[in-house]
Amino acid sequence: MTDLTKTPADAVAAAEPMVRAENVHKSYGPVEVLKGIDLEVKQGEVFCLIGPSGSGKSTFLRCINHLEKINGGRLWVDGELVGYQQRGDKLHELRDREVAVKRRDIGMVFQRFNLFPHMTAIENVIEAPVQVKGENKAAARERGMALLERVGLADKAKNYPSQLSGGQQQRVAIARALAMKPKLMLFDEPTSALDPELVGDVLDVMRGLAEEGMTMVVVTHEMGFAREVGDALVFMDGGVVVEAGNPREVLTNPQHERTRAFLSKVL
Amino acid sequence: MNSLDKGTAGQGRPETIKAVPVRHPGRWAGAVVIALLAAMLLSALFTNPAFKWDIVGKYLFHDSIVHGMVVTLELTALSMLMGVVGGIVLAVMRLSPNPLLSGTAWVYIWVFRGTPVLVQLVMWNFLGLIWAKLSIGVPWGPEFWSESTNVLIPTFVAALLGLGLNEAAYMAEIVRGGIQSVDEGQTEAAHALGMSQFQTMRRIILPQAMRVIIPPTGNETISMLKTTSLVSVISLEEIFRAGQVIYSRNYQNIPLLIVVSLWYLFFTSVLTIGQYYIERHYARGSNRTLPPTPLQRLRGLFAGKPAPKTTADVVPGLEGGGHV
Repeated sequence: MTDLTKTPADAVAAAEPMVRAENVHKSYGPVEVLKGIDLEVKQGEVFCLIGPSGSGKSTFLRCINHLEKINGGRLWVDGELVGYQQRGDKLHELRDREVAVKRRDIGMVFQRFNLFPHMTAIENVIEAPVQVKGENKAAARERGMALLERVGLADKAKNYPSQLSGGQQQRVAIARALAMKPKLMLFDEPTSALDPELVGDVLDVMRGLAEEGMTMVVVTHEMGFAREVGDALVFMDGGVVVEAGNPREVLTNPQHERTRAFLSKVL
Repeated sequence: MNSLDKGTAGQGRPETIKAVPVRHPGRWAGAVVIALLAAMLLSALFTNPAFKWDIVGKYLFHDSIVHGMVVTLELTALSMLMGVVGGIVLAVMRLSPNPLLSGTAWVYIWVFRGTPVLVQLVMWNFLGLIWAKLSIGVPWGPEFWSESTNVLIPTFVAALLGLGLNEAAYMAEIVRGGIQSVDEGQTEAAHALGMSQFQTMRRIILPQAMRVIIPPTGNETISMLKTTSLVSVISLEEIFRAGQVIYSRNYQNIPLLIVVSLWYLFFTSVLTIGQYYIERHYARGSNRTLPPTPLQRLRGLFAGKPAPKTTADVVPGLEGGGHV
C-alpha cells in the first residue's frame, strides 16, 4: 500500500499532472457534447465533476480511459496521450491492444456497477489480475479477499452479484477496479443508482481511498462528499467548464449565475 | 415485521380462510374426452394387425438398426460440433468492425441459409463431378499435393460437410442474437479493466450469451438428430436408411418405420433432459435461487422433506441475511 500514501505537497506541485485536458472536443455526429474542456487533475487529488445531466461530465470521464474517442484537443494521462501516439507532427491511433495496456492503470467504477453477473464477487475481483496481468490465481485470490475485506464484504465473496444489494455490488466493483492496482480511479456517478440508505457505505470506501492518496476523478451529485473530500471541483454545463476551484468555495460561494442556479436545485 | 405484528395484535391472529374453491367443470369434461381419445388410439395401436408389434420387437435391436443409430448419433454430434464452433466464429466475424470479416460472414450465411440442406448434401456428395481431384499448390501454378475428391470426401464426410456447414449458418444467427443480448456495460467494464477484445468476448460476453444461446441450440440439436435422416439420399446407412434397406427386403414397412421412430423418440427425450440441465448450469448468477431439479424433488418427496434450495438463500439489501 506504500504506493498509495500521499506524496509531500512540494513533490505534488513539481510532478506531472495525472490528467491534463487541453481544449478537448467530443461530438456524436452533429451533436457536440464537449466544446473545449481544459483542466488539470494533480497527483493524489480528489477531483469532483458536477453539473446537470447532459452537461458532458460523464462523457469527459469516459474519454479519460478512451471508452470514448475525442475529436479535438489533447488529453494526457500521467504524461502520455490518451488513445494516440505522437510521431513527429502526426498523431497515430493506438491499436486496441495498446489502448488495453494503458487502461490497466486506470480503474473505473460505473453508475450501474456492471459487475460480471456470471461470476461470484471474488471471481469478479480476480478476473482481470489473472487474465490480463497473468497473476497466479491463488495469490490473486488472497489479495482479492483482502480487497473485499477492505470494502467490508469478505463474507460475501462467494455470492453472485444478483445476491447482493446495490451498495454491496458497487463496493465489489470498487474492489474489482482496485485489484489492478490503478494509479487513477474514475467514478461515474457511483451512488446515483443506489437506495439512499446504501449511499453511505460506498462513500465511506471512497473516502478511505482518498485518505490513502489515490488520485480520483469523481462525477457526482453528492455535494456533501465533494465538499468534505474533494480537493478540486469543476462545474460543467453545456459541454464547457463553467466554474472551477476549491469545492468548499465553489459550493458555498459560486461566482457564476449558472452554477448558482444548479446548486440551488441540488443543495 | 415488528410494526406489522403490532398492527394486528389488537384483533389477534385471524382464522385461516376456508372458502369453497372455484369449480372447473370444463376441465373435467375435457379430461373425459381426452381419456376416451387416448383409449381409442391405444386400442387401435394394439388391435390393428398392420402395426405388427412382434416384428417391431424383433427388429428393435437388430444389428443394422443399432449400427444405423450409432451413425445417426455420430453425425448429429459431429455436425452440431461443426455448427456451434462455426457459428461462434461466424457470429464474431459478423459483429466485427472489420468489413472484410463481417462481409465474408454475411456471404457465407447468405449462401448456406439460402439453399436447401438436401441440395447441399447432394452437392457435397457429387463434388467429384465438379473437381475430380483436390490439390494444394500455387494458384494457377505448380501443385505440391493432390488427391482424388472421392477418396478425400467419402459419403460420411460429404454428409458431415452438408449438415455441419449448413448448421453453422443457422447457429451464427443464434449466437449473434445471444451476443447482442448482453448489456453494453459488460463490454465497457471489461475494457476498462484492460481486457482485450478477445478476452472480453471469451470470458465475459460469451458465457453470458450462452444463457440465450443454449435453448435454441438444444432445439437445433434435436432438429439435427432428425435432419440426419436426409443423408439416406446419399446412401449413408444411418438409422432411417438401415430401416429402409430392411423393409425393401421383407416388405415390413410400417413396423420398421415404427422401430426407427421409437429410436428417434428415445434420443430426443435424452437430449431434452440434457438440455434442461445445461440451461440450469448457465442460469448461474441470474436466478437468486435455482428451483430443485425433478430428481431432487423426487428425492425430497421420498425423504418427506421439502426439496433443498441449491444456492445461498439471500435477500438482497439485507446485511448478514445470506450464508456462503
